[in-house]
Amino acid sequence: MDMKVAAKKLGLKERYAAMTRGLDWETTYQPMDTVYPYDKFEGIKIHDWDKWEDPFRLTMDAYWKYQAEKERKLYAILDAFNQNNGHLGVTDARYINALKLFLTAVTPLEYMAHRGFAHVGRQLRGAGARVACQMQALDELRHAQTQIHSLSNYNKHYNGFHDWRHMHDRIWYLSVPKSFFDDAVTAGPFEYMVAIGFSFEYVLTNLLFVPFISGAAYNGDMGAMAFGFSAQSDEARHMTLGLEMIKFMLEQDPANLPIVQGWIDKWTWRGVRMLTIVGMMMDYMLPKRVMSWKEAWEIYFEESGGALFKDLARYGITIPKCVAQATIEKEHITHQAWTTFYQYGAAAAFNTWIPEKEELDWLSEKYPNTFDKYYRPRLEYLGEQAKQGKRFYSTTLPMLCQCCQIPMFFTEPDDPTKICYRESDHNGEKYHFCSDHCKEIFDHEPEKYVQAWMPVHQIYQGNCFKPDVDPTAEGFDPLAAVLDWYNIQFGRDNLDFEGSEDQKNFDTWRQTAKSNG
Amino acid sequence: MAVVAVQAYTGEVRDRVENFHGNQLLYIGWEDHLMIASPLAFLFPPTMRFGDVLEKALPNAFGVHPEWEKIDWNQAQWFKSGQAWTPNFNQTLAENGLKHKDVLRFRTPGLTGIKGTCS
Repeated sequence: MDMKVAAKKLGLKERYAAMTRGLDWETTYQPMDTVYPYDKFEGIKIHDWDKWEDPFRLTMDAYWKYQAEKERKLYAILDAFNQNNGHLGVTDARYINALKLFLTAVTPLEYMAHRGFAHVGRQLRGAGARVACQMQALDELRHAQTQIHSLSNYNKHYNGFHDWRHMHDRIWYLSVPKSFFDDAVTAGPFEYMVAIGFSFEYVLTNLLFVPFISGAAYNGDMGAMAFGFSAQSDEARHMTLGLEMIKFMLEQDPANLPIVQGWIDKWTWRGVRMLTIVGMMMDYMLPKRVMSWKEAWEIYFEESGGALFKDLARYGITIPKCVAQATIEKEHITHQAWTTFYQYGAAAAFNTWIPEKEELDWLSEKYPNTFDKYYRPRLEYLGEQAKQGKRFYSTTLPMLCQCCQIPMFFTEPDDPTKICYRESDHNGEKYHFCSDHCKEIFDHEPEKYVQAWMPVHQIYQGNCFKPDVDPTAEGFDPLAAVLDWYNIQFGRDNLDFEGSEDQKNFDTWRQTAKSNG
Repeated sequence: MAVVAVQAYTGEVRDRVENFHGNQLLYIGWEDHLMIASPLAFLFPPTMRFGDVLEKALPNAFGVHPEWEKIDWNQAQWFKSGQAWTPNFNQTLAENGLKHKDVLRFRTPGLTGIKGTCS
């Protein structure tokens, strides 16, 4: 009589091993180098992919179950928020402008992160790392989708949310986040992992989440808070993956160290420059403030980041040298950025304003070394001008940095009254930079950055008008034509918050909600 | 190595002067006056008289600053790529040796911006 032996069910760990190792094989019809053509040209040497420690150990069925549960909660909160007109519960309609910036600048990056990890999840030779990247690619796609869903409710009521994807590829300041990610996804798979998996996810993500999500919660936006928390619960896994990749490369071959260090230096600086916009949002766009940019930098970079780099010191990694400059700049950049956006407020897809007196006082208190000395008089003067009907809008385009593409408003590290100018010559052509670090990034790979799509130069080349526009026609208004191409509705999406449609509507609706009148 | 890539390549220079339809870029910044937040980018024909830059283009760009009217242009100091430089106002940009994407700064001694903060 045959004994029927019940098939032993595999445990989670075994199932994971089967998925990441058991299903992988050495190809024989084609050489492995042809199947994986992109994981060697960067110079990273990997001798044994089996040494890869799986940081997630998630199987697909566990992943679906876990994420589906989160989605259900997220959409329940969103439905409740939307049905109860939760948007009228936020502190002030100025806050909503931070969401416009988020949707046009950050959400498309979530989608690009999805594409980046999907690509790397195909190109790395080790199955464990591939699976981990594929999982993260799915996370990033979810983040993009949940953000779009959450913020779509605001599009029913407020200006500037209507064409975020189109704007991301066109508007001058959005070329900053766009080119940041384009730089990362056009690098090899290992550099991408350092750029996004490590520098961005591990070193800088906290600085992104503090303002957007704590800020959203603090300003009464349960919708944005819901997608933020849903995304944030994935971040721990993402950070682990990035750090694991760093350690894996460093353990595999000592020759990898200088390459990895170079990428950490580059991407810490690229990230720091991009976070200028986030810092500006914390200091200027949240009516109720969580903490200043300076405080966030001190807690999340100087303390947490410092501990991380201490941990990596045993591999020979040193703290990026750009940190010294970023530490000086923490007291300046948000003020410099906001006055720039204020000046170009006619060409932005959100409203800008001069902070109220109590807000200026808060900034004076949070920035005792710099605000009164350099920035408060500037803002007060502009505020007075606006009150007299002379609101300052610049109509001349700014000079941009060839690397980070931010207008050249950053000052010398040792002198906040002098703009920092740097330049390089390459094949007889001049290129300009905002800092030593952006210049260094260019000098290392000039052939990459000479191709940069610089918004100001593209406008001057005539590439930022709709196809049927005739720039030689009499009375042609180039700035109006550019805004039309951006799909910014003049007088609705742009200009000052004072007198804006969003301001009026918000006040009217909130009154209606509170009284019979 | 000028680029880390699967194979070496030469990048397309997207901002070469030929793409600007007979014009060239000139960047100009006003030292100690950061109310105008960054240096500005201008598009001029190389045949333009340098004096016209001063008289026609700059007032539109910088004239909003309260100290613009106080500038004594005889005192102004010019810098090209950070080095002291002397323009000839009656010569063209090309005759002044200004090339595509050159960067000029001018300093106006005695003027230190809003409330002396270099704003």
